[in-house]
Amino acid sequence: MITMNKEIQLAADRGGKSIWKFLLSELKPRGKWLTPFNLISIPIILVGLALILLRFAEGLGAVSNINQEIPWGLWKGFNVVTGVAFAGGAYVLTFIVYILKVDKYHSIVRVTVLNGFLAYMFYAGALVLDLGKPWNIFNPIIGNSFGASSVLFLVAWHFLLYIVAQLIEFSPAVAEWLGAKRAHKILSGLTLGAVIFGITLSTLHQSGLGALFLMASEKIHPLWYNEFIPLLFLVSSVFAGLSMVIFEGSISQRVFFRKISSKNREARNNMVQSLSKICAFGMFAYLFMHFLVFIHGQHWNLLNTPMGYWFLIEMIGFVAVPMGVFFYASRTSSLLLSRVAAIITIVGIIVNRLNVSIIAFRWDAAVRYVPSWMEIVVSITIILIQIWIFRWVISRMPVLDEPPKWANNSH
Amino acid sequence: MGLNRRGFFNVLAVTGASLAVGKKTVASPKSEKEIEFYGILYDSTRCVACRTCEYECAAAHGLPEPQPEVEAIRKTDETCNTVVNTFQTENGEVYTKRQCMHCNEPACAAACLTQAMHKSKTGPVTWNGDKCMGCRYCMVSCPFDMPKFEYQSTNPKIQKCDMCMERQQAGEVPICVANCPAEAVLFGKRRDLINEARRRIYENPDQYVDHIYGEHEAGGTGWLYLSSVPFEELGMNTHLRHSSYPELTKGFLYSVPSVFVLVPTLLLGIHQATVNNHLKVDDNDE
Ligand code: SF4
Ligand code: SF4
Repeated sequence: MITMNKEIQLAADRGGKSIWKFLLSELKPRGKWLTPFNLISIPIILVGLALILLRFAEGLGAVSNINQEIPWGLWKGFNVVTGVAFAGGAYVLTFIVYILKVDKYHSIVRVTVLNGFLAYMFYAGALVLDLGKPWNIFNPIIGNSFGASSVLFLVAWHFLLYIVAQLIEFSPAVAEWLGAKRAHKILSGLTLGAVIFGITLSTLHQSGLGALFLMASEKIHPLWYNEFIPLLFLVSSVFAGLSMVIFEGSISQRVFFRKISSKNREARNNMVQSLSKICAFGMFAYLFMHFLVFIHGQHWNLLNTPMGYWFLIEMIGFVAVPMGVFFYASRTSSLLLSRVAAIITIVGIIVNRLNVSIIAFRWDAAVRYVPSWMEIVVSITIILIQIWIFRWVISRMPVLDEPPKWANNSH
Repeated sequence: MGLNRRGFFNVLAVTGASLAVGKKTVASPKSEKEIEFYGILYDSTRCVACRTCEYECAAAHGLPEPQPEVEAIRKTDETCNTVVNTFQTENGEVYTKRQCMHCNEPACAAACLTQAMHKSKTGPVTWNGDKCMGCRYCMVSCPFDMPKFEYQSTNPKIQKCDMCMERQQAGEVPICVANCPAEAVLFGKRRDLINEARRRIYENPDQYVDHIYGEHEAGGTGWLYLSSVPFEELGMNTHLRHSSYPELTKGFLYSVPSVFVLVPTLLLGIHQATVNNHLKVDDNDE
């Protein structure tokens, strides 16, 4: 009885359509099809999907160049280890908005959480592709095979729980889309709990991804290996995530121009300035920690080697320089400079994570790992599908635009 | 390595350890010391590089028969669990058998999130295909690069020496030990093997370098090595830690329970503190 009443009420909110008709109509694409993005991404995705089939039909070796000494390649190093750092924006922003209650970021918290949620879903996907025996993936979650002394065990669990937490954080937007008022109220009430839980999980798995490499102490070049990797990963995830927020914001502002109200547009520019400042301070702390670790490790002699030059390029070119640009940009409130700094930072984080997980990992191995073109295509495919779904959600649910009126007071 | 994170993690770890009572996150080293592991002593001065062990091992584990003619220096791979390499040294040719070392506190087992890699009570480190999900974290963590993955298979296995676990359970010695014509490999309790190795070094000081490889490397290994030349000349990694590898992650793992208590409390506290400041915070923030 109650459910039927609810159905009727819901149907009324959606202009009289039943839920199934509504969902079906929402599945259809909207707008133009032949955009440059579609024209480029569709063929890549098709090839990528074919390669994924090949990977399951023939084994990992058929598409990937990973070998016995370098068992983790691009999918782990880039899609998982690097990607998670960029999803860090979600926990930083939920902290600012829901815990510190700085309201001015409210208009971007939803899109960031959505981004984080999708990102995690797809990292999980990349992980499954990379598993040799993915059908055993539930062993550490159910069953009696708890490898509780494993860092990866913790990371896997935190991943899973964090996806749930982010789903809860985002769920009010889904409820608004479906016009489910009662569900909206309940789900909004869960937000604070999910946020607190989510931030806790994030601090642990952001650092946990670094802790994964702690046991590889002789395998990673001494300039990159130190016992502080977990802390360095955690601190860098703050400015990695926020740089992604700035970068992603500048793109969606263009692509989804109509969705963002002019009031929000102005607020966004203001936000970029404050985020730049947070990034700059985060990077300062990060550089300082690196400096302490370096002094402590006494690796001066290593600096004058090819790996040493590479290390200096990472530290100066991709951390110190964008830090300066961020500082300068927040002083002069230059939107353009903030975006430039964000892009350099993003490249820098990619360089750093790939350094720890791939480039400096067995830097002395006789056979170096270079990803095959197939691995690269699959890596890109995963990101493209993620963007497709992101776009689908943005153009339907109240993410960038204001929530419907009836939902306003519950936030 | 000191700095302040150590201290910080130690505080967290103590809190964490007390929170994790009964959950036993990491096997405590004390119980490890009490157990008598079995191991194998390999004496390279006795080895004649006949490679019988390679052939017997492959046959016993259903792996392809080794090639009769091989390069002097090879690595184990997914098709062979052990190799005997030949090194040219000032003492002439010296041979070394390589395989999984069966560490006392194996990095691979600590890394494994499904307990597929497992250190058994008697010493062998074995792999269980029903549990493994093929993440290859064991390979990333093993300091000897011993777990090998079947990249060409759709149902891949991790291959490595299992110290003939099944034979041991049936009361037999590992197949390489049973078939070595030169008695270069000796099976026994690890403690007895170390005594035997010491005795050999003591009685023939000219024949051996004064070092039992594996006594302390990586926190102690099941396989122990004797040699007439320094071990780095035999391609053995002599820069390994002398304490266990899982120890490297203990600080992090122990701090997890405390983070779970401290961070949410802190967040709730801040949340409560800012609840009334709602509007003011907005103004103050630049
Ligand atoms: S040598 Fe490697 S695979 Fe063998 S027990 Fe030690 S850590 Fe595990
Ligand atoms: S590959 Fe298998 S045995 Fe190795 S760590 Fe992963 S689950 Fe454990």
